[in-house]
Amino acid sequence: MLSQQRDYVLRTVEERGVRLIRLWFTDVLGTLKSFAISPAELENALEDGMSFDGSSIDGYSRIQEADVLASPDPNTFEVLPWVDSKTAEARVFCDIHNLDGSVFDGDPRQVLRRNLDAARAMGFEFLVAPDIEYFYFAKPGPDGVPVPLDQGGFFDLTTTDVSSSLRKETIRTLETMGIPVEYSFHEDAPSQQEIDLRHTDALSMADSVMTFRMIVKEIAAMHGVHATFMPKPLERVQGSGMHLHMSLFEGDANAFFAKDDQYNLSPVAKMFMAGLLRHAAEITAVTNQTVNSYKRLVPGFEAPVHVSWARNNRSGLIRVPIPKRGSPSATRIEYRSPDPACNPYLAFSVILAAGLRGIREGYELPAEADANLFEMDDTMLDKLSITQLPQSLNEALRLMESSPLVQETLGEHIFEWFVRNKRHEWRQYKTQVTPFELDRYLRSL
Amino acid sequence: MATSEKIVVFPGSPSPDLARTLDLGGHRWKAATSPEEAAKSEPAGGWMGAIIACDADPEGAWAFARAIRKRDNPVGAVLVLVSGAQLDDLEMRDDLFDDFCLSPFHPRELEARLTHLFSRAHGPMRPEVVEHSGLALNLETYQASFNGRPLDLTYMEYELLKFLAQNPGKVFTREMLLSRVWGYEYYGGARTVDVHVRRLRAKLGEEHANLIQTVRSVGYRFGQSRWGS
Repeated sequence: MLSQQRDYVLRTVEERGVRLIRLWFTDVLGTLKSFAISPAELENALEDGMSFDGSSIDGYSRIQEADVLASPDPNTFEVLPWVDSKTAEARVFCDIHNLDGSVFDGDPRQVLRRNLDAARAMGFEFLVAPDIEYFYFAKPGPDGVPVPLDQGGFFDLTTTDVSSSLRKETIRTLETMGIPVEYSFHEDAPSQQEIDLRHTDALSMADSVMTFRMIVKEIAAMHGVHATFMPKPLERVQGSGMHLHMSLFEGDANAFFAKDDQYNLSPVAKMFMAGLLRHAAEITAVTNQTVNSYKRLVPGFEAPVHVSWARNNRSGLIRVPIPKRGSPSATRIEYRSPDPACNPYLAFSVILAAGLRGIREGYELPAEADANLFEMDDTMLDKLSITQLPQSLNEALRLMESSPLVQETLGEHIFEWFVRNKRHEWRQYKTQVTPFELDRYLRSL
Repeated sequence: MATSEKIVVFPGSPSPDLARTLDLGGHRWKAATSPEEAAKSEPAGGWMGAIIACDADPEGAWAFARAIRKRDNPVGAVLVLVSGAQLDDLEMRDDLFDDFCLSPFHPRELEARLTHLFSRAHGPMRPEVVEHSGLALNLETYQASFNGRPLDLTYMEYELLKFLAQNPGKVFTREMLLSRVWGYEYYGGARTVDVHVRRLRAKLGEEHANLIQTVRSVGYRFGQSRWGS
C-alpha cells in the first residue's frame, strides 16, 4: 500500500509540474513549521526521510544530538491551491523520527498516533469535529490595539462585508484541500467568525486544524487583513473557542449511542464523559495553553467555567447536543473549553486519554447540571459538588504537573518541556505592570 | 513494453498441482510470498503475468493482486484461481484480474486460459482514460480533471473516485467500497468511506458535489450531476 501511495505522489508531482514540496510538522506549542525540498529530493525523502537540525524548533531540543528525520506521510500530500499553478507547490505532513528510525518523543503528531493506537487497542476509533472561532482585524497599528473590520453580530447578514467575503474565500480553499466545512457564520462579536468542520478521524483532523489556521491567516494576509486565533483579543466581547464534537466508533457502530437510554447515551459515552470531567482541570493547561486563554474562561461570555455537563445548557463544560433526526451515528458530546490557540495533536491526546481512563476505570457520570450555574453561589455549587476549571495558566500548570495521566499521555520529553516553557511564560507575565493597575492605583495609592 | 517470459505465482508455496501444470506447460515461473518479494525478484523486462491462487489465503491473495496491479508498472495479465465458494469475491474486482479459473482446476483448462491470456496481453492496451460528465481520470498518469481543470486528489480519494467512475450508476454499500477500494488491511470502518466521499464532494465543488449521490441507508452511487456539465 505504501509503495503505491509513494508512486502516486511522485507521479502527481511530475504531472502537475510541482516545483516545491513543503514538509510540514508541528512544534510542541502547536506552531506549524515547514521546510521546502525540490521534486528531485522527494523520492529520497519518502524513502528515508529528510534530516534537519531540530534544535531551533520549540520543544525539540535535546542534549545529546540535534538532528532528527522528517518522514513525509504520503496520505497527506496536497497541492496548495493558493499558489499560482505555474509554480505549483505542494505540502505533506511529516512524522518526526530519530536518525536510527525510532519515534522522536518531541513530535506532537507521534504523541497523538500513540494515543490513537491505545484507543484502537480498546476497539475504538476517535472522531472529532471542531467549531473554530477567530477574529479578523485591520493590521494592528503602532499602539498594538486591534481594530475590528465590522460591528456585525451573530448570524448578521453582512453581504458586502470584507470579512464575509474573506470567510467565503477561505471556505472555498479549505474545501479544495479536502477539508469539508459543515457550517460557517458571523459570530457574536465584531469581526468574529466561526467555521465548523465536518468530523473525521482525530489524526486527519489535527492535520486539518493546522492547515485551517494556515489558510485563514494566508487568505486574510493576501487582502491586507490580520486573522487571529488569540483566545480573548477584545475585553468586552466573547473570546474565541474551539468546541470539539467527539464520538467513539466501534467498527461501524457509534459506541456513544444507546437506544434505550433517556439521553440516548451508552455506558461507554457516560464513562468517557465522567473521565473527561474528572480530569478536566489537569488537562486544561494543554487545551488552554496561553496566559490569555484564561481571560476567555470567565462568566458572562458563553465560555465554560464549571466542570459540569448538560444537554442544552451552554454554561456547562460538556454539552450533549440532540442529534438531527435522532440519528445514532450523529450522537456525540461537545467539549467546550479548548481554544483555537492550542496544539491540536496534544489537546486531542489528553482529551482522549481522560475519556479512555473513565472507560477503563468505570467512572460514574455525575448528574446533569441543567440550571444556569452562573447564577448559583459557591455553597450551592459545593452542594452539587461542581468544581471550577483553573482560573489562570499558573493554576492550570500546577494541576498538570501533579497529573500522572497527562505525564503518561504526553510522554516525559514533551511533558517536561511544556511545563518548563509555560512556567517561564507565566513568570514573564507576572512581572508586567498592567494599564489596569496604573489606572486603579497610581493616583489613589 | 518488453516483457520477459516469466510468470509470478502467489502464494509462496503453490500447490503441487499448480507447480506441476506450469512445469509441464513449459512455463518459466517463480513463487512470491509478498508484493515486495515479487518486485525484488522481478526480471528486467517485468513479469509476463501472474497467477494468484486465492484458496488458502484469500485476503493475502487479493492484497497481492491489488499491489501488483496498482503499482507504477502494473503486471498486465493476471489470472486468479478461486474455489466455487469464492466466486462472489470476483464481483467488482474486475480491475484486479483478467481471467479466472475454478479451483481445483483441470490442467488442460488452466493451460488453455494461460495461452489465451498471454496472447491477449500483447494485444491492444486497456482504455487509459475514464470519462464521465466532465470528469476525466487518466489511469496512466493518475491525474484527474474536471471540465479541463485539474483536480488535486490524495491517493485514496483518487482510488475511490476511479472505482466509482468506472462503475457509473451502480449502488455500492460502504462495506463493498471499503473492501474493494481500500482492501482488507484498512482499519477505521465504513465511516472512512463517508469521510472520503465528503472530501471528494468538497473538491468537486458545490455544483458537482452530487456526482456522488448518497443512496439512503444503502451507500453511494456515481452518476450524472443534477446540474449537468
